[in-house]
Amino acid sequence: MTAFARIRFAALLLMLFGLTTASVLAQTLGPDGAPNPTASVTNQRTLLEQAPRIQGRIDIPDVKASVLMQPMGRTWDYFHEVLLHWGAALVIVGMLAVLALAYLIMGRLRIEAGRSGEMIVRFKAFERFSHWLTAVSFVLLGLTGLNITFGKVLLRPLVGPDLFSDISQIAKYVHNFTSFAFVAGLALITVLFFRDNLFKRVDIDWVKQGGGFIKSKHAPAGRFNLGEKMVYWLSVAAGLLVSASGFVLLFPFYGTNIADMQIAQVAHAVIAILFIALILGHIYIGTLGMEGAFEAMGTGEVDINWAREHHDRWLAEKLEAEGRQASATPAE
Amino acid sequence: MARMKFLCDADRCIDCNACVTACKNENEVPWGINRRRVVTINDGKPGERSVSMACMHCTDAPCASVCPVKCIYPTDDGIVLHDKDLCIGCGYCFYACPFGAPQYPQVGNFGSRGKMDKCTYCAGGGGPEAPGSAEEYAKYGSNRFGEGKLPMCAEMCSTKSLLAGDGDIISQLYEERVEKRGYGSGAWGWTTAYHEDVKK
Ligand code: HEM
Ligand code: SF4
Ligand code: SF4
Repeated sequence: MTAFARIRFAALLLMLFGLTTASVLAQTLGPDGAPNPTASVTNQRTLLEQAPRIQGRIDIPDVKASVLMQPMGRTWDYFHEVLLHWGAALVIVGMLAVLALAYLIMGRLRIEAGRSGEMIVRFKAFERFSHWLTAVSFVLLGLTGLNITFGKVLLRPLVGPDLFSDISQIAKYVHNFTSFAFVAGLALITVLFFRDNLFKRVDIDWVKQGGGFIKSKHAPAGRFNLGEKMVYWLSVAAGLLVSASGFVLLFPFYGTNIADMQIAQVAHAVIAILFIALILGHIYIGTLGMEGAFEAMGTGEVDINWAREHHDRWLAEKLEAEGRQASATPAE
Repeated sequence: MARMKFLCDADRCIDCNACVTACKNENEVPWGINRRRVVTINDGKPGERSVSMACMHCTDAPCASVCPVKCIYPTDDGIVLHDKDLCIGCGYCFYACPFGAPQYPQVGNFGSRGKMDKCTYCAGGGGPEAPGSAEEYAKYGSNRFGEGKLPMCAEMCSTKSLLAGDGDIISQLYEERVEKRGYGSGAWGWTTAYHEDVKK
């Protein structure tokens, strides 16, 4: 029996009791002794036990105003001010700590054979444009989004309430409008790099050989190794979810109710934080963590020795397709 | 100091919307903004009740807690005021508010919201404007409270269903009513807003 059915059952029993004993117990009487059939029927405590919100009819053309009460607002406040603050701080600071540790222990992964000086095209101009469109809009969205979460704790004490409010107003507009650039970039990346990110057998070998982190072993890979493929798929998934929830927030109460809006905000914030942690790792490997990686997205060309060490299968295919012989040999 | 509260005795409310009209008129509230509204539960069925609702001026107000620019804060009388100069119209206070009180003028494209507006307990604004000044009136509405008066909605209530004033006094008034007539549907929203209920 559901709680509601149980209450109805209890009410029925009470009514029967009242009938059989002809007692006044089950009835509520007015001060004049007359029974009051409707008194205490609609009690706010009972209503809130039956549903998380109390909703009714309203005279104004505003559907969301017909919700009289939603105590869940306090729960959402707790999520936003306690769980999200501590959770997000833990995830982001934790990720930075892991990366700092990786740098201290492993240092920068060098091109072991040294540079050959001979370059090969890895990303075409349009591919780089798509990447940087997404990247720049991501950073803007991340910073302006985190301002909503942490600005009042970190930035407001530094700049004062007035300037902080001006900054936040601009940040809100930047966040709202940059979203469209981000979605465009995400769509381009998803399509352009789709095929090369499908999982292949070589990915298993790549893991067996320690993913390039073990210096004595060589991890084979096609255009993208398994680590990059994971970044791709996780980014596509997170990007989709963060965009979908973001647009729900951007168009508040367009077919959604208060609970939907709260869920959309929770989803948006949680996924955004995890996404930021993922991309911090991605940025680290693409810049500090690995020699020769940044130029792939910078100029679009990589050193042949770098390609041989990190993407041997891809290099071989690429050279064959171009009908080219690599003159540089591993310096062994 | 007295802790100001609202209490709607739903067993008296007749959904006449005088409070809504009084509020709109007293504060020159713009079209589309409803600082106070009346919601009818079980409309047309036995046990129908109407409740007049606006900002309850909560204890530990959740709107104030979530506001990303911290522009909402309580006064010494427990009235929750905000500063429109600082508000960025993010809409978060509406998600946190258990009573649907914050309102936003629609500005520009999509669902973009202007500066939040809500019931001020007829106590003016929380910004830098001088209390009772024309600037304050234009932004926030009337400051009856500064003149020692209670909110217009409760003062105009035709059945004295809507009570405003010191929480201890209005809860006592309500308890006496329940005592006399023998029933009461409760102080709507009190446990959520004030972490405490009336005794009856
Ligand atoms: C299609 C893309 C996106 C849209 C439409 C969107 C929209 C929004 C909206 C409307 C808000 C509410 C606050 C405000 O009005 O400014 C918000 C908050 C936020 N967004 Fe986004 N967003 C998008 C992508 C992203 C991405 C990619 C990130 C992360 C890098 C992100 C991180 C955040 C964060 C951290 C918050 C604040 C959460 C909070 O503290 O409540 N957003 N977003
Ligand atoms: S009723 Fe809503 S707007 Fe008013 S103080 Fe409580 S949370 Fe804030
Ligand atoms: S809409 Fe304004 S008052 Fe409400 S939470 Fe956002 S900034 Fe604060």
